[in-house]
Amino acid sequence: MSGEVRVELCPGGPLLVRGADVVRDTDGVEHPVTRPVVAVCACGKTSRPPWCDSTHKAVSRAERR
Amino acid sequence: MRLPTPRGPLSEAAFSALTSPGTFEVSHPLVEQARAAADVLHCDDLQLTLWVAYELHYRGFDDVGDEREWDPDVLRLRRDLEEVFEAELRQRVPTPSVDERDFPTQLREVIETAAGPPLVPHLHRHADRAQLLQFLRQRSLYHLKESDPHAFVVPRVDGRAKVALAELLYDEFGSGRPEALHSKLFADALSGAGLDPGYGAYVDETPATTLAVNNLMSLLGLHRRLRGAALGHLAAFETTSSVPCRKIAAGLERVGLPDVVAAYFHEHVEADAVHEQVALRDICGSLVADQPALAGDVLFGAAACLALDAVAAEDLLATWAAGGLGAAS
Repeated sequence: MSGEVRVELCPGGPLLVRGADVVRDTDGVEHPVTRPVVAVCACGKTSRPPWCDSTHKAVSRAERR
Repeated sequence: MRLPTPRGPLSEAAFSALTSPGTFEVSHPLVEQARAAADVLHCDDLQLTLWVAYELHYRGFDDVGDEREWDPDVLRLRRDLEEVFEAELRQRVPTPSVDERDFPTQLREVIETAAGPPLVPHLHRHADRAQLLQFLRQRSLYHLKESDPHAFVVPRVDGRAKVALAELLYDEFGSGRPEALHSKLFADALSGAGLDPGYGAYVDETPATTLAVNNLMSLLGLHRRLRGAALGHLAAFETTSSVPCRKIAAGLERVGLPDVVAAYFHEHVEADAVHEQVALRDICGSLVADQPALAGDVLFGAAACLALDAVAAEDLLATWAAGGLGAAS
């Protein structure tokens, strides 16, 4: 690994994070990264923070109505 | 795994020829008869024979010689069956048209507008224990070799799409931890549910339409010509997984199955939320940016995945609506 952390914004979806070892949530709790790439919740509605659980799909559907 | 039980004259002849020494030979009229099946997706004899022909490229069979994998006579039979299978797919699933918009957006639209029967809501809220176990047994045919068909595509693509595909597969294959192989997690789920975790253990009770779901992945994965469709299939699969897995996990917990059973599905809530983005954007988006001519194939693969998933789901729901736990037919 280059040591570089890369973050990609997915429109209407999560942040894809590559190269991180830990993700620290809003309470300061550190969550170890165990995948080559992780999706961090950006809508604030996930049931398993800090990770995306695709709840944003239901959120965007409700907003469209 | 040993060869499954034949389901008609074609599979009977083919399995017998596979286990006999000498030239592999299946009489032409038998092949033609299967090719003329009125409903290719529901034809047990055809789908099982094709599944066996493909399985020679994965784990094989204890009672079939390894050299049969590249036996030109076996490959000829496989091609004859693939032709009729692909013709059926092309007829059922017209290739969606490609426009000027951002490709991942178009792909997502094809996936999100596909209609399917309410299998997941049923598993979530209503299915009883026996139905959920039947669902696990049927899914075991694929999940015990999870992602293997799409791995055949790695040497057929290059650049960003290859890197992203390898990244996704690395996660599917345990991210460096054998105990986290997704196929291993599914085997653990089967054991936890009191089912047989053996590879192919439930093929004899798997209906034609679920065999067809599996055969589609092999068809797309094994033909370089169809590499775009294979990756579109992967995108559709991953994009329709995260939310359903959360509901299926809740259904399994509702009927009191042990945590290890739902654990497989919980893992996929998170994993597939990632894989969805990687597959749509980094794999398919990059592939089409580099090779625009493959755009239609990618959309076709996605649509074909969802069309066959819908047929298999309809089958399962119809069995339950009729009050039965269906076996092979």
